[in-house]
Amino acid sequence: MSRLLAVSLGLLATFLASVAAVAQNNAPTAEWQATLDAARGQTVYFHAWGGEPRINAFIGWASREVERDYGVRVVHVKVSDTASVVSQVLTEKSVGKDSGGAVDLIWINGENFASMKENGLLAAPGWAQTLPNWQYVDVENMPTVAIDFTVPTDGQESPWGMAKLVFMHDSARLQTPPTTLEELLAFAQANPGRFTYPQPPNFHGTTFLKQILASTAPDPALLSRPVDETAFATVTAPLFAYLDALNPVLWHQGKAFPKDAAHMRRLLADGELDIAFSFNPGDAAAAIASGELPPTVRSFVPDGGTIGNTHFVAIPFNSSAQEGAQVFANFLLSPMAQSRKRDPEFWGDPTVLNVASLPESDRALFEAQNLGPAALSPQDLGPVLPEPHPSWVSALEDAWSARYGSR
Amino acid sequence: MVSSSRTSGLVLDHIVLRLDGQPLLDIDCRILPGSVLTIMGESGSGKSSLLDFIAGFLKPDFRAQGRVILNGRDLTLLPAQERHIGLMFQSPLLFPHMSVLQNLMFALPSTCRRRQERRDLAERALADVGLAGFGARDPATLSGGQQTRVALMRTLLAEPHALLLDEPFSSLDRTRRGEVRDLVFALARKKGLPVLLVTHDEEDGLAAGGQVHRLEKAARKGRTYSAASADLA
Amino acid sequence: MGKAGGLPDVATVLVTTLLAGPVLAGLAGTVLPAFGYLPVLGHDSFSIEPFRKLVSMPGLTTSAALGFGTGLAASLISLTIVLVFTAAWAGTDTFRRLTRFLSPLLSVPHAAAAIGLAFLIAPSGFLVRLVSPWATGWTRPPEVLILHDPLGLAMTFGLVAKEVPFLFLMTLAALNRPHVQEYLKAGASLGYGRMATFFKIVLPQIYPLIRLPVLAVIAYATSVVDVAVILGPTTPQPLAPRLVGWMNDPNLSLRLMASAGALLQLLVSSGALLAYLLLEALAGACLRPRLANGHRHGREAGARISALLPMLTILAVMSLSMALLGVWSLARSWWFPAALPQAWSLERMLDALWAGGPSLGVTLIIACGAATVATGLALWLLEARGRRETGRLKVLIFLPLLLPQIGFLFGLQMFFLIAGLSGTLTGVLLAHLIFVFPYAFLALSDPWNRLDPRYAKAASSLGASRARVFFRVQLPLLLRPVLVTFAVAAAVSTGQYLPTLMIGAGRVVTVTTESVALASGGNRQIAALYALLQLAVPLAGFTLAALVPALAFRNRAAMRLER
Repeated sequence: MSRLLAVSLGLLATFLASVAAVAQNNAPTAEWQATLDAARGQTVYFHAWGGEPRINAFIGWASREVERDYGVRVVHVKVSDTASVVSQVLTEKSVGKDSGGAVDLIWINGENFASMKENGLLAAPGWAQTLPNWQYVDVENMPTVAIDFTVPTDGQESPWGMAKLVFMHDSARLQTPPTTLEELLAFAQANPGRFTYPQPPNFHGTTFLKQILASTAPDPALLSRPVDETAFATVTAPLFAYLDALNPVLWHQGKAFPKDAAHMRRLLADGELDIAFSFNPGDAAAAIASGELPPTVRSFVPDGGTIGNTHFVAIPFNSSAQEGAQVFANFLLSPMAQSRKRDPEFWGDPTVLNVASLPESDRALFEAQNLGPAALSPQDLGPVLPEPHPSWVSALEDAWSARYGSR
Repeated sequence: MVSSSRTSGLVLDHIVLRLDGQPLLDIDCRILPGSVLTIMGESGSGKSSLLDFIAGFLKPDFRAQGRVILNGRDLTLLPAQERHIGLMFQSPLLFPHMSVLQNLMFALPSTCRRRQERRDLAERALADVGLAGFGARDPATLSGGQQTRVALMRTLLAEPHALLLDEPFSSLDRTRRGEVRDLVFALARKKGLPVLLVTHDEEDGLAAGGQVHRLEKAARKGRTYSAASADLA
Repeated sequence: MGKAGGLPDVATVLVTTLLAGPVLAGLAGTVLPAFGYLPVLGHDSFSIEPFRKLVSMPGLTTSAALGFGTGLAASLISLTIVLVFTAAWAGTDTFRRLTRFLSPLLSVPHAAAAIGLAFLIAPSGFLVRLVSPWATGWTRPPEVLILHDPLGLAMTFGLVAKEVPFLFLMTLAALNRPHVQEYLKAGASLGYGRMATFFKIVLPQIYPLIRLPVLAVIAYATSVVDVAVILGPTTPQPLAPRLVGWMNDPNLSLRLMASAGALLQLLVSSGALLAYLLLEALAGACLRPRLANGHRHGREAGARISALLPMLTILAVMSLSMALLGVWSLARSWWFPAALPQAWSLERMLDALWAGGPSLGVTLIIACGAATVATGLALWLLEARGRRETGRLKVLIFLPLLLPQIGFLFGLQMFFLIAGLSGTLTGVLLAHLIFVFPYAFLALSDPWNRLDPRYAKAASSLGASRARVFFRVQLPLLLRPVLVTFAVAAAVSTGQYLPTLMIGAGRVVTVTTESVALASGGNRQIAALYALLQLAVPLAGFTLAALVPALAFRNRAAMRLER
């Protein structure tokens, strides 16, 4: 009986939430109303990584919602590598195509964002903070929603979701995973060939390097400043000492590396590896749900926390559907979209909103969720280590490839 | 029927063929309607090129002088399809993707528009050469002699004003050869067509009954042996 | 007729502009940045800095050597397998039966073949699973380096498996020349063994016909990206995939170095071509005197068996790879050491098919469009030029096949942007044409030249116009090769990844671009399904090319395929 009541209350809350959402949308500012009017009838080409059917389905759902409610058509352009989109916009700029560009909205962060910002490939600053749903974004507790890899976003990109480095292991083969970097190395030495990481400059591979760097650097403060060639050697010395010890006991003795995180996850599923990692805390749960990982896989985070960041959507300077793109970005920030995104059944990506600050009805959307046994609770996820300045990325990648990328 | 006015017949007016600047053959003659000029020569003597020139197919590496005049009309610059010169080759060359009847109907001028009429004309032509009822057949199922007869009727249905025969009997066996040859010459005579026959078979030349000319193989140093200029008028 | 030799015809001019224009523009767009000129990034003076930076890249020599070595080795091995097999078995029942199996393999896209192969031979792959753990005792995949080996052996094998069907079909087409069968008989009657006859009598005659395809294979194999990524070494990668990485690096200034790298790739590929030509000359000089030495090589049973083995291996490996992709497309979970999936899911396959529908439609439109234009243009060019020599024109036509794609694609992208064609279906179609047309011309020119010219003469002397001769006589006579050309062209178009991505600007989505994007997520079921979708388009084309003439000419004995 009480169950039934709870369910009915939940349903009621959902109903009220949508009423509330409608009520909010009914009273937009004059400025936002102008954006909505201009957006109606526009087609937004959303260039977003398309490697995950679940995410593609989520984007498809969001597209249908904004088309129905705002008359904005969103086309998901599935991308295998975001950098190729940056390259596309650059090429357009180089031939003087200042309007009607192919890209209207792009899923982005970090180095790609820094590069676009530096080369003037983004729409004018400030639009992100003017979105109506910006008010719910957890700016206080999640500094990364406004500072992307130490680069201020200046409102040129709107936050969408949170990422945090999370390790996975198959509990059927490995009961207790290593909890520190030293234990990880000891594990690899005891079980040669059962651990590896994607080859930098792959994003996940580089993140693994940054994780070790952030945990071993003598002075982590140096990492938030642009890379300094003399400091680089001293700051990275412990990192490379660690990697030197690790390399010979890696999968295939470090003579070959997986292409990307997906490749690494497949190797975990097939038992070639015992440990893998992901940038999405919900990844293991979602991959189990879709049959890509055995149900015995569990997530863990080493002591001391892991690298975390935020991912965003940005509008290129020459988009001809800027208003439509803003309307879509705003929808992605809505409690309805954010809560659905967090649900492992749909995606399993953490929210950027401050759930506590939401109206009662919206909060209920989040509180009703069950994230599954492979997911970690916020306290188990541990502290977030900040991303280093983007300039460290290429420096790390160059040094890595000189040491291990060519023999 | 046969016009014997001064312009009728096929006139080869001072024709000289050159290959890569070297003269290959020259000829100057007139073939009257209903008569046959036989040209005999070894391979390489340029007889096929002469036929190509007359019919309008000369390859670009040849250079030619002179004119081809048919019944008073200068053909030299006309495209092949407007020359009204019927051509028969060593092999019958029935189009393998068409039926026997379609082969014949392909040749009928488009001025004859009605489908049934075209069909009737083609059927009658088949009957004329003793192949009534063969219309629906696949050309590949016909014997060599039958194919040559169909090819002949195909050529004639296009209403040519002259015939060029490029060893058309050489692929037939001895017994069939005479039979088909007689048929060709009889029909050409009946229609009053000037005929140019190229062959290396003495028998063909004899059977043609007309004048015979021999081409010698062109000499190396550019001297040409050729048909003496022959005016059959 | 009556055309004076002086002026080129419309078709020649059109083809020249269509091919040379974009290629030259593309090359310019690569050469300028290579020498430091890319104004949009603030580089507006010339320097050799990009080359200096390129040379300082770790492992550059190894990368270049890998591209050169794997590409040249794969091409030579493929050619040897094909020639030896043809020599040993041409004209036999075995040959005929294998031919029927090999032709469909031509429609397998390179990436799909590589994915299937990787799953077959990986340490956790199908072959190991078949014998584990009952025979090997392995409950975990063995720690052996099979894929991504530093020498590129797996990659070379993958390339061989894919190039053998192509070269084999090209050889088959060449064997269709008149009198080849008689030469084989003549050789046998003089007491020569089957293989000796082929190498001493037939090969010297047909080699000119397969030479160009071999060169195209070398150019392709030395600059291949997708196969290299899936099977190739990673520390370092061969040059071509590294180039794509640099071109797409978020650090945009790497583009200058990448352009310099593209020129190096050009050098690597032309170096491999040159090496092949040298080898060819050397082999010719060594072997020509032996032609008439009288050795009959009559005892050849052993040699013939060993010629059959590599061919059978490739056939088995490719068929098995494709079958595995088929199983994967239905498999929800399939982990080591299970030889069959643990969980099946038809539902997800149907979902993906549903989602992939539009991209399949676009693929079909582009493939049919490009194939129609390319085949039509090739026919027009051949008809307009008659029997004139095509030597110089041929070099031009095959330029896009002999230059590595990445050498001029980035310049090409700018060219299309300026022309306002980027992101349009028309733009993608035009870009495909550059790569599709050479294959169409390659597939069609030999059948065209072999068509007895007297059919056309007979038809014109019957009063048929040039158009009527073409449409009623030449085209129907060539129906089979024309349809095969169409299918080859459609297959090449379907396989285009980089041109579609770069000219389509992401707005033109084909099953190929979609499959690469989806493959980046690692869901094997989806990846397998899209690989099969990619295969479906060309396979449908080849099936039609076989069925239509068989139906249309079912009552015409002379139109039947004889082999």
